[in-house]
Amino acid sequence: MSYPENLLYTKDHEWIKVDGERGTIGITDFAQSELGDIVYVELPKEGDTFAVHETFGSVESVKTVSEMFMPVSGTILEVNQALTENPELVNTDPYGAGWMIVVKIENPSELDSLMSASEYEDLINEGKER
Amino acid sequence: MEKIKKVSRHITQNEPLLFERSRPGAVGYKLPPLDVPAIEPQEVIGSKLLRNDDLEGLPELSEPDVVRHFIRLSTWNYATDLGMFPLGSCTMKYNPKINEWAARLEGFTESHPMAPESAVQGSLEIIYLAQELLKEITGMAAVTVQPAAGAHGEMTGIMMIRAHLEKQGNARKKVLIPDSAHGTNPASAVICGYAVETIPSDKRGLTDLAELEKRMDDTVAGLMLTNPNTLGLFEENIEQICKLVHERGGLVYMDGANMNALCGITRPGDMGVDVLHMNLHKTMSTPHGGGGPGAGPVAVSATLEPYLPVPLVVKQGEQFRFDYDRPDSIGRVKAFYGNFLVLVRAVCYILSLGPDGLKLNTEAAVLNANYLAHHLRNTYEIPYDGKIMHEVVFSDKNQLKYGVRNGDIAKRLIDYGFHPPTMSFPLIVPGALMVEPTESESRQELDLFIDAMKSIAREAEENPDLVKNAPYSTRIGRLDEVSAARNPILRWHPSQE
Repeated sequence: MSYPENLLYTKDHEWIKVDGERGTIGITDFAQSELGDIVYVELPKEGDTFAVHETFGSVESVKTVSEMFMPVSGTILEVNQALTENPELVNTDPYGAGWMIVVKIENPSELDSLMSASEYEDLINEGKER
Repeated sequence: MEKIKKVSRHITQNEPLLFERSRPGAVGYKLPPLDVPAIEPQEVIGSKLLRNDDLEGLPELSEPDVVRHFIRLSTWNYATDLGMFPLGSCTMKYNPKINEWAARLEGFTESHPMAPESAVQGSLEIIYLAQELLKEITGMAAVTVQPAAGAHGEMTGIMMIRAHLEKQGNARKKVLIPDSAHGTNPASAVICGYAVETIPSDKRGLTDLAELEKRMDDTVAGLMLTNPNTLGLFEENIEQICKLVHERGGLVYMDGANMNALCGITRPGDMGVDVLHMNLHKTMSTPHGGGGPGAGPVAVSATLEPYLPVPLVVKQGEQFRFDYDRPDSIGRVKAFYGNFLVLVRAVCYILSLGPDGLKLNTEAAVLNANYLAHHLRNTYEIPYDGKIMHEVVFSDKNQLKYGVRNGDIAKRLIDYGFHPPTMSFPLIVPGALMVEPTESESRQELDLFIDAMKSIAREAEENPDLVKNAPYSTRIGRLDEVSAARNPILRWHPSQE
């Protein structure tokens, strides 16, 4: 299980990579491995605006459908069109080619409540210990 | 395969599609010779109204062709009449044959929904009885039997909550739903125009009271709660939960999917619930799926009674009649009066058992789930190990280290002659295997299931590939579910290849 240091994490297993006011968002390695083979990804349209914690899309695996939540408030700048044809990219490269959306971050202070890589790793290990 | 004690023989014959069986000119009827002069149809109805090639390509078959096709398909199926069907949250109990006898009585099957009330008093009495019996069982003020199934009942219930709040001047914005809920709960709330907020479960797997306290404000229309919840645990704080929601002007919807753990023991009405649906095809032994449609009657408190769908059946003196005079009603939610013949079966079940029998069934259902939990606890993890009610949720955690997942265990169970349990639900348990034996299973059958589960755990340890490639006893082995979902190929006519 990998937890890249340069990302921030939510307890719902999304990650965000911050680059100025641009934030790239996806789901974590843990999330993709729990879901299993992903067969469909539903994403918003460019220009859509979402508040923090709001649902911006869903991932469907053979097992289940899971919603994805906004780590921050923002407007959608880009959507990963490649996932329409190749949803398996989320399994093979969750932090790279399997990214979901790029947003314009409205309120950078919301980033403060997100977890670091080590905090997120602790959360996952805690869950395993349960 | 020697250790497999219980294997049902599986018919392995292949069966083509009806379209592939088609033989030009084959028919399933024979008409007598015409005793009037033949005429061209267009002379009578005009060519404009005449259908031309719409029917081209429909299969042409004889009666035995059709009967054999469907009977063969039916032999590929699994049913409670064949063995244990431990599909958690679905209450796949045995459906007593006396229910079928009652539902086939001519007085019921031949009664017409448009018949005058005086001509169908017996059928009206059944609807009335269903309302009254379910009122008593749930402890609620009134019941509608219209909704066709559970999710339909949920929608009906939330519509009534909305109607009530609207009448008070503010429909509010949100519905709170615990993270262990059935997926239909949030869907029903959204259909009725509410936003959904998720309440996390606490460490024991119960609704987190502190979190509810925090979120329950004047924007919240109500809470949708399953009790016992989908972890098979009784929400011990239900009274406190109802009180809190009521104090802040909300209402409590109880998903009655798990009423098989409560029936005859305790009543949602006494807990403070405002509205709930029951699944007659679960708790009251009416068939699931192909055996007949479902039924999701909704019971309400006195607060919500005015909003019930029309018509209700009422009794006046010795006569039964439809009551449409309900000005605050949300209206009709289904054509006519619900799935009537399902109600006949449910009434038959309830009356043939009586109060003591219903209670005994509930006790046996809870005992059976606890028996399985007791014997499998050391083999499979029980992540939320509280007071288990009518079902128990295991996980694949102990087997995961051999690379064996819940889906593999479920598929291997097929080889042992059992229907797989519910998988990967509730969502808060990774690798969930949700087992609901119901009261229908004898100790012998439960022991066979325990042996099978233990045997699979040993196989997972000693020969994981055996489990990972199961099943072997079915017509078709392990399916490639991923390719099927990513690139579905659907056809109902002969392949072009």
